[in-house]
Amino acid sequence: METRTSIKPLLAVLVSLAAVIPITAFGRNPNLREASTFLAGIIKFGLVVSMVPFILDGGTIEFSIAEVLPGLAIMLKVDAMGMLFALVSSTLWIVTSAYSIGYMRGLDEHSQTRYFSFFAVALSATIGVAFSANLFTMYLFYEMLSLATYPLVTHHQDQEARISGRKYLGFILGTSIGLVLPAMLVTYFAAGTLDFGAQGILAGHIGKTAVTVLLLMFVFGFAKAGIMPFHAWLPAAMVAPTPVSALLHAVAVVKVGVFSIFLVVTGIFGTELLASLHLGTVLCYIAAFTILTASLIALSQDGLKRRLAFSTIGQLSYIVLGAGLLSPKGLTGGLVHIAMHAFGKITLFMCAGAIFVATGKKYISEMVGIGRRMPVTMTAFLIGSLSVIGLPPTGGFISKWFLVLGTLEADQTVMLVVLLASSLLNAAYFLPIVYRAFFCTPEESMFGDTVEEPPLWCVVPLVFTATASVALVYFPQPFIRLAGLAVRAITGG
Amino acid sequence: MKSLVAEYNYWIYILLMMIGLYAMLAKNNLVKKVIGMSIFQTAIIVFYVSIGAKKDATIPIIAHGDGSHGAVEAAIDVAHYANPLPHVLMLTAIVVSVGTLGVALAICLAIFRRYNTLEEDELQERMQ
Amino acid sequence: MMIYQQAPALLVVIPLLSAFAVNISGLFNRRSCFPVALLAMAATFGATLMTLHRVMETGSFSYRLGGWPPPFGIEYVIDHLNGLVLAAVAFVSLLAVIFSRRSVEKELPDKVVQFYTLFVLLVTGLLGMTVTGDAFNLYVLLEIAALTGYALIALGDNRALVAGFNYVILGTIGASFYLLGVGHLFIMTGSLNMADLLGILPGLYGNTAVFVALLLILVGVWLKMAFFPLHTWLPNAYTYAPSAAGCLVAPLVTKVSVYIMIRIMLSVFSAGYVFDVLSVAEPIVWLAVAAILFGSILALAQQEMKKMLTYLIVAEVGYMVGGFWLATGYGITGAILHIVNDALMTFCLFAFAGIVVYKTGGSRLSDLEGLYRKMPVTMAAFTVGALSMIGVPPTAGFFSKWYLILGAIQAGSYHFVAALLISSLVNAILFFRII
Repeated sequence: METRTSIKPLLAVLVSLAAVIPITAFGRNPNLREASTFLAGIIKFGLVVSMVPFILDGGTIEFSIAEVLPGLAIMLKVDAMGMLFALVSSTLWIVTSAYSIGYMRGLDEHSQTRYFSFFAVALSATIGVAFSANLFTMYLFYEMLSLATYPLVTHHQDQEARISGRKYLGFILGTSIGLVLPAMLVTYFAAGTLDFGAQGILAGHIGKTAVTVLLLMFVFGFAKAGIMPFHAWLPAAMVAPTPVSALLHAVAVVKVGVFSIFLVVTGIFGTELLASLHLGTVLCYIAAFTILTASLIALSQDGLKRRLAFSTIGQLSYIVLGAGLLSPKGLTGGLVHIAMHAFGKITLFMCAGAIFVATGKKYISEMVGIGRRMPVTMTAFLIGSLSVIGLPPTGGFISKWFLVLGTLEADQTVMLVVLLASSLLNAAYFLPIVYRAFFCTPEESMFGDTVEEPPLWCVVPLVFTATASVALVYFPQPFIRLAGLAVRAITGG
Repeated sequence: MKSLVAEYNYWIYILLMMIGLYAMLAKNNLVKKVIGMSIFQTAIIVFYVSIGAKKDATIPIIAHGDGSHGAVEAAIDVAHYANPLPHVLMLTAIVVSVGTLGVALAICLAIFRRYNTLEEDELQERMQ
Repeated sequence: MMIYQQAPALLVVIPLLSAFAVNISGLFNRRSCFPVALLAMAATFGATLMTLHRVMETGSFSYRLGGWPPPFGIEYVIDHLNGLVLAAVAFVSLLAVIFSRRSVEKELPDKVVQFYTLFVLLVTGLLGMTVTGDAFNLYVLLEIAALTGYALIALGDNRALVAGFNYVILGTIGASFYLLGVGHLFIMTGSLNMADLLGILPGLYGNTAVFVALLLILVGVWLKMAFFPLHTWLPNAYTYAPSAAGCLVAPLVTKVSVYIMIRIMLSVFSAGYVFDVLSVAEPIVWLAVAAILFGSILALAQQEMKKMLTYLIVAEVGYMVGGFWLATGYGITGAILHIVNDALMTFCLFAFAGIVVYKTGGSRLSDLEGLYRKMPVTMAAFTVGALSMIGVPPTAGFFSKWYLILGAIQAGSYHFVAALLISSLVNAILFFRII
């Protein structure tokens, strides 16, 4: 394993933060403003991609920013796991930026400059989490993300937005300050370091009870992962404009949550320690509970975005489940699912937004026959649904395949049943939407037969992500290789 | 009993202090509180002054000094002189306590001008 | 070079003399007070920076006032601890004087001269307390700061008078207790110089009078810093004080008192005595926990912004006192760091409250709706201050909290950890209600 020092990761983090300056400067000229967002997105993507070959060769890139406290540095480290996450986020940022333009202009939203600025900040924080070399750095970026997304959630500035914003911050900050911070300090105190180690850093430092308590504090403390009972912020955050829900609450923010759990499980505790104490199973059951409950709740939601939100909660726990299995296949499945779910879910959210822009409809019961009006959008919706359910020919199939293999490998038959039951539930809450959108008698249809798609800026991105979802089943190699490298580093095999 | 007699200065200062403290905390009238405060501070001054005093000692001025230090120091017995340091300190403390008294009375005056009373309970009513 | 050598004296002498200058120039022209005070504060800040620089370069040093050698003469001792506190105090004072201009003109149009005279005198007292190495000199400076503080607060509106009066009474009790404690030490040792005391006291550690002296001094400074349950004077006094006075008094007076506590405990009694020989640390940490919880809960109950902030000060004092008495390296580091950080944070919040009063005339929480649109820069600065108060990284408040919690874990005081976290969460609720 080769380690190289380079400033590239820092640049990748900072480029979107720096983009805030031109974005605010061009506040009065929307075209230039959006151009700077794109430019930043492309530079960021370029920086991330330029590091891929080296990482795929098994290398690691490190960069130390500053030593804030003695023995505790703010440090970036790019390895396969972080690269996978960063790749997904930076790709989808560009796509979402395009979509944002269509959505925000289509609805003539206010304060667009603020919106694009904080979006850029949020992306910086996301990449920061992906590239963090120790728990401390991760925590810094984690909190930065919480704060940067608050103005986005409360974008509408009405009563509902404010209440939701309060709920959002209450859950996210409350758990991170109340659970993660003390857990991190105890870890630091016990292990003397917070650097993520391939085999964990806690083994041999603390007793069984302490490990259990710490694990629970971390898992529930990263409330961004939406583990029940700390999931309620996610449906509440759906008051945000849809691009925010699409990128942040299907990809960046929530994936930061599960990614953090993944990092802590592998880098702080270490798979061996957890396996020896049978704590992986505990994690699996926590995740399984969330998967099933969230899927059941999703069935009864009429608001399209709320249904998607509960679906997200369930899907996030797939990834946690993958971490809890502690077996190579399971871990691979969890990591790959970060990417596959991202592409699938973002498509769904973009469709929801596109429907809202074109027709103003938010509720599923109002969408009978919408397929005839917006055939492209609804086809993309179908593909996204298939991916989230985990059916071929979509990317979601690959990750679910690995997860199922993982349950067999880890001898967790119960989890296998959970996965299958959840897939059925997913199908039960997604397919009726598509079915009723296309197949209904003319009398039932609430829309005319004229095709009327939303603005091009909206349609192109969602077609792109839908296509990507399909393409990923044939070309999943980059993600699988990255995940494989990461898992090999973790399990030492 | 022995300590009561031999260390009577301490008992006096403690008594004075308690009187002052009681007045400051329990009296209703603001000026009485200020008086209590003054007694309280005086008690501490008494305490300091008394610890500098010695039995059969005189003021700390060297009477037979002729300017040639070496010879004089040999002849001085500190037990014959009161310790001047606490007394000097108290000069400062007295100034401070007068200052405090002044500020407290000035505030009382302003309160009286505005509310026309110095009784605490009446003040509470009028402030509502 | 001359100035560099004399900087420790200058940082007290400049504000002291400028009090006269302010007063005299005010006789001729009221508007000249502000520039004089500003100049004085800037010069003082320069002197503290020079002092700090010297400490960083050569380590701790002492300055003999009038050239008299200790323990007979008064000596100023500057080490890394008070070098830092001095700079922080002078810096906040400088900011406060800049802030005060418009606010004083609006709130106290007839009392500009008095205000600035008292202002610079208060700074004299605070810096003097910080720099001195003599226990009695400390008392005198403490009273200078206290008297000017009383007067500054009583300059405010009607309710400020009564609040100021209560402050006079309790403040005097506090200072007198301190003086009494020093008297006990003097009886036992015959010395008033801190370094000298530190050398003499180890032979007397079993002595009751020394213990009583410690308790008296502790109670005295606790009254001054409004440590629970001796905090009753603080909320009203700071709430009704003029905004500009609040900006100076609220961030600095309690913090300097905390510094005094740390200084006396470590430089007079020694850590070995207060932490190992005596077993008072544990109950004091519990008191600090009570202070934090009490301050936080009462802050939640307030409808008025300034009052809410004053209860937060009570909680923050609990942070620092508790952090110190954890008796661990991390805890004490955290407490000292928090003195500096909290001074800046509190200034930010009180200045914000002052601006709100200036602009809207009231500071009820309900008046704050929609301020983001009217003054985005102010609100942004307030947000940063509030985040620091909550302890969100990467603000300063996070780092001091980090050390405090580490110290508490090291000492095994998990109740203190819990109190700190609860207080963070309450702060989050409080501030997001506003933001």
